Amino acid sequence: MDNVIENKLRLETIGLSVFYGDNPGVKDVSLKIYDKKVTAFIGPSGCGKTTFLRALNRMHDLTRGAKVTGKALIDGQDIYDPKLDPVIIRRKIGMVFQKPTPFPTMSIYDNVVAGLKLVGIRDRKLLDEVCERSLRQSALWDEVKDRLKTPGGSLSGGQQQRLSIARALAVEPEVLLMDEPTSSLDPQSTNRIEELIGELKDQVTIIIVTHNMQQASRVSDYTAFFYIGNLIEYNKTTRIFTSPDQKRTEEYITGQFG
Amino acid sequence: MRSLRSRYARDNVMLGFIILNTVAVLIPLFIIIGYVIVQGFNYISLDLFTKELGSPTRNMMGEPTGLVHTIIGTAVVDIMAVLISIPFGIGAGVMLSEYPDHWANPILRVLNDTLNGMPAVLKGLLAFVLVVKPMGSFSGLSGGVALAFVMFPIIARATESALMNIPWSIREAGLAIGLPRWRVILSTIIPAAKVGLVTGFLIAFARAAGEAAPLVFTSFGNNYLPVKWTGWIFGPVDTLPQRLYNLAISPYEHWHGMGWAAAIILLVVIIASFAAARFFIRDKKQG
Amino acid sequence: MSEKNTKKINISPSALYGWLGDRIFAVSVFVLGFIVIFTTLAMAISLYYEGSEAITKFGFWGFMTGEKWDAAITMEFGAWPFIVGTVSTSLGALALSFIPAIAIAVFTAEYAPHWLSHIIENLVNLIAAVPSVVIGIWGVFVFTPWIRDTVYIPVYMWSLENAPSLTPILGNPIGYGMMTATIILTIMIIPFTTALTVDAFRMVPKEQREAASALGATKWEVIRMAVIPYSRGGILAGTMLSLGRAIGETMAVAMLIGNKNTLPFTIFGPGSTMASVIVNEFREAVENIHLTSLMAVGFYLFLISLIVNLAAAYIQRKYAVTGGRAV
Repeated sequence: MDNVIENKLRLETIGLSVFYGDNPGVKDVSLKIYDKKVTAFIGPSGCGKTTFLRALNRMHDLTRGAKVTGKALIDGQDIYDPKLDPVIIRRKIGMVFQKPTPFPTMSIYDNVVAGLKLVGIRDRKLLDEVCERSLRQSALWDEVKDRLKTPGGSLSGGQQQRLSIARALAVEPEVLLMDEPTSSLDPQSTNRIEELIGELKDQVTIIIVTHNMQQASRVSDYTAFFYIGNLIEYNKTTRIFTSPDQKRTEEYITGQFG
Repeated sequence: MRSLRSRYARDNVMLGFIILNTVAVLIPLFIIIGYVIVQGFNYISLDLFTKELGSPTRNMMGEPTGLVHTIIGTAVVDIMAVLISIPFGIGAGVMLSEYPDHWANPILRVLNDTLNGMPAVLKGLLAFVLVVKPMGSFSGLSGGVALAFVMFPIIARATESALMNIPWSIREAGLAIGLPRWRVILSTIIPAAKVGLVTGFLIAFARAAGEAAPLVFTSFGNNYLPVKWTGWIFGPVDTLPQRLYNLAISPYEHWHGMGWAAAIILLVVIIASFAAARFFIRDKKQG
Repeated sequence: MSEKNTKKINISPSALYGWLGDRIFAVSVFVLGFIVIFTTLAMAISLYYEGSEAITKFGFWGFMTGEKWDAAITMEFGAWPFIVGTVSTSLGALALSFIPAIAIAVFTAEYAPHWLSHIIENLVNLIAAVPSVVIGIWGVFVFTPWIRDTVYIPVYMWSLENAPSLTPILGNPIGYGMMTATIILTIMIIPFTTALTVDAFRMVPKEQREAASALGATKWEVIRMAVIPYSRGGILAGTMLSLGRAIGETMAVAMLIGNKNTLPFTIFGPGSTMASVIVNEFREAVENIHLTSLMAVGFYLFLISLIVNLAAAYIQRKYAVTGGRAV
């Protein structure tokens, strides 16, 4: 069953190490991310999963003393090619953060289309279409369609996070990175977002960092387990959670630490 | 669609514009200070610090003139301002910070902030009404009062800020060992907030030391040294900011030069106050 | 807390020391605080009282809108020219200072390396620290002749030949006047907007900037999209503070504005503000009606300052962004 359908490779890292100055946050990670699948990064706090995630869309570049060695490729293209502007990468690889961050002074509508306006798209009809499409994709359309002009900050936490997702989706990224997207939300909103991830994966490749193992087992197809800056094991989620290869993985899964 | 290159071009244009503005604003500062130093330097002399001003013809007749009465007058008025403003400023600050439940607290805050935002010239008019009119003459005392009106709202604010920064646990600790509230405030909180208090005071002082408007209607000015020592307090007194104004608008060139020299002295006093505040902060931080 | 025992006989000396000390201390503090309160009230009351003779003679609105100010012959006084002068120089300075002030704030907070930010912030604070009279003396002997020769006279000459209808609006290019005062005011009030704006920029949460970067924004686009809008409360606060300072600024304006008490004012020509007329005429005011009129001008200045301060507090509360919800 596993080997029948050939999974298309989207993102790949080869020996990627990510540094803060001289300190390695994550060492020598090689893994393959598959198209239209959800991949989860799990591991105890400080294991480097978020550092690794942020290196994939070059957000890590923004921290002091950032350094990266090894290779990261999207569709075969080198993400860290010095001739390639990080700004371009971030269009292709979008990100949603732990804290929902709508721009509080902008309306819901303006928040969603913010990314489009950046590249100078002004066509009202197009923006309207993209806004509706993105809000539908993030299951927020019905709740806000009558108040698109109200400020983005006036929504509840869960709604704000879905708005952030809509905003990220509006620019049609190839890959969507999610950094603990539900950890600041209540259980109901968390459920909503997990459902959303299930709906979205047919349209966009998703990588999600989560400290909640159950969430990883619920939503992801593949799981990577990180521990103290190293990739310990990477496999189909069902394998990881039922019969992991590595002892460490098993210990983490069974709650012996973390 | 806007290409990446055009977006970066716009980025660079904005950065250029921003840098241009920054430079354009800072240039006058250097020019002003430069002129003050260059123009006033020649008039800095021993005479400046030892002789009084007298009439405009003094210099024309070859007799020495100076600003000794102005410098002493400034010191007298400023010291009076300090002595008056510190109790009121710190008292109000303590009330705002340590007695937040008092019914007058919000009123005090609003009115103190209002007073803080009022032009200094109005504070001078207030001192005129409260001190000069009853006294019947311009006086150093009224000048001190006017400058105190400038200083104590600033001190009150800085005091409140500094005291509120001290964690509540320190007050609790003091109360827990049986110290009465007033001891806790005087012996523990205020010393702990020393840095903020001194800095606030120095900043208020630097502000008041440069104010001329309040003094024009209060200490008024004097071309001569007062005859008796009481004249410094109860009679008209010369101060640097007000004298600078008078010299600058006078028609005499020698007086203009002395005005520049007075500007140098004022700048030195003010910059020294700020430097002292800086030094105090850094010193305490390392302590 | 020590027990409060109402029967004085039973209070031990140490409790008395505590309780009495607390009472004395609290009362002292409250007295000091109340005097501060009374000072502000005293300002309002005494300015009104001292100016009441003029206000009752010419009427509250009459005095405020009266355009005549004649201390020599008719003894008619009205504050309107000074109100016009104050409002136009202050708003003019505010408009001119806004963009440079924000630009410096952006550079300091977002682009400059630490050491440079530090230096620039100190230099900008230094501008605010220079006394008004010092800026005034420089304005009188250096700036005024320079701008008169470099700008006013050439423009005036050009207008005489090419746009004669413009000339009366431009006014007399003697150097001292409304434009000069406005320009100097502009420089003087920049530090206030800049300081509060820099503070506001520094409080923008990292997540807001990252959200903008993650959408593929360039450095300036992040500033424009995430930093500046989020800071609008602080920017407004700084602007209102600058406005308040401009309204009350006295000495430099008095030395540079040319001291003309009658409307109309022209761009280059002399004018007056409420603060400048008080300083310029107070010492020479011999007639009682003159003096009380000046006090009345002071009262109106008080009112305008009060309104600006209250408006500032209100606007800042209304437009501040707190914790992700635009309040």
